[in-house]
Amino acid sequence: MNHHTEVLIIGSGPAGLTAAIYAARAQLSPVVIEGEPSSTTDQPGGQLMVTTEVENFPGFVDGVQGPDLMTSMRAQALRFGADLRVTKVHKLDLSQRPFRAWTSEDHEAPSFSADSVILATGARSLMLNVPGEDRLLSHGLSTCATCDGFFFRGQDIAVIGGGDSALEEALFLTRFARTVTVVHRRDELRASKIMQERSRAHDKIDFAWNTQVTDVLGHDRVSGLRVVDTVTGESRTLDVTGVFVAIGHVPNTSLVEGQLELDDNGYVITGPGTYTSVEGVFAAGDVQDHEYRQAITSAGSGAMAAIDAERWLETQGR
Amino acid sequence: MSDQITTLTDATFDEVVGSAEKPILVDFWAEWCGPCKTIAPILEELATEQSDKFVIGKLDVDANVATATKFSVMSIPTLLLFKDGEVVARLVGAKPKGALLQEISASL
Repeated sequence: MNHHTEVLIIGSGPAGLTAAIYAARAQLSPVVIEGEPSSTTDQPGGQLMVTTEVENFPGFVDGVQGPDLMTSMRAQALRFGADLRVTKVHKLDLSQRPFRAWTSEDHEAPSFSADSVILATGARSLMLNVPGEDRLLSHGLSTCATCDGFFFRGQDIAVIGGGDSALEEALFLTRFARTVTVVHRRDELRASKIMQERSRAHDKIDFAWNTQVTDVLGHDRVSGLRVVDTVTGESRTLDVTGVFVAIGHVPNTSLVEGQLELDDNGYVITGPGTYTSVEGVFAAGDVQDHEYRQAITSAGSGAMAAIDAERWLETQGR
Repeated sequence: MSDQITTLTDATFDEVVGSAEKPILVDFWAEWCGPCKTIAPILEELATEQSDKFVIGKLDVDANVATATKFSVMSIPTLLLFKDGEVVARLVGAKPKGALLQEISASL
């Protein structure tokens, strides 16, 4: 009952799908475990499914919508015969070959066995972990500006974070909101120059520097944010009715914890190329990269992983 | 879109939901919402497979703000299950088919 494959790809963001395109063209008949529908980044297509315009993916002169880019990559992988499965891996055993993956908790037997594995599980959004956050998620607190921005027309809202994704959300939200306050715990942004310039020039966007969120306020919907000044220690309330969280990412490594070597930040260690600490297991995209984290670098490492896997399989006399 | 799914508007919502003979699941969605597109095919399948248990309607929040506001929809997709005109379940966010059906069935 278990399905054997030469290449099992876990994840379907730019890394996973590019690996699938390459592996399928190399006649390796890869199986891709895409993930399951959700409103977070943990869904088929990954983080780009909850972004809007991607302006820096080469080849798209006028930009491309994140979900459209992923739909195209998926179609391209299908065209070459990749076997895409809308399910999630719940357990992965890398201790013996063939490697084994369980995609349903109900089955004792593994669903897949694989000669090689390409891990492309990506990263997910960090949450604030402050009181009120869980209660008010979807009641004024959101991690997806493109999903929920519409409901904040004419309102004063806050975006938490200082990176490109925070500013991208802030700029997008100006379409609806009356004002957008970018709340950042430091006095300078991590975001790229072009995004900084656009945000600073926008008359609806304001910045709250050196500001850390301590509580999300509101009973059944957000009524404000309790924040503290990280320099003076002074506490105050921001009167906002919407809060969008974009404070960074953590890699999705729970499947491989204790099985692959991870760095101090929890990312899978790779090298040379996309080789991990277990022979036959390769990693690509944000699960092994906290430096670049771009659609194009993810896709690039996905291609590398497929080529590494193909060459490694050849050395195994496949 | 499947002809099993009824398109609702601010103008028709009360009448359709109020007079529904079976429980009606209303999908609050919008064109620009990615997760809404993800669950659209799942809802089409459910509309056919579960037609003896409940019916499905769709409401575009972009064009029908009054109804979305009335039911405090602040995140989409939101699925509201109505029984005898009353909300009996509220599901927020895209989910796999099995999870959606389980939550809906629990409130039927």
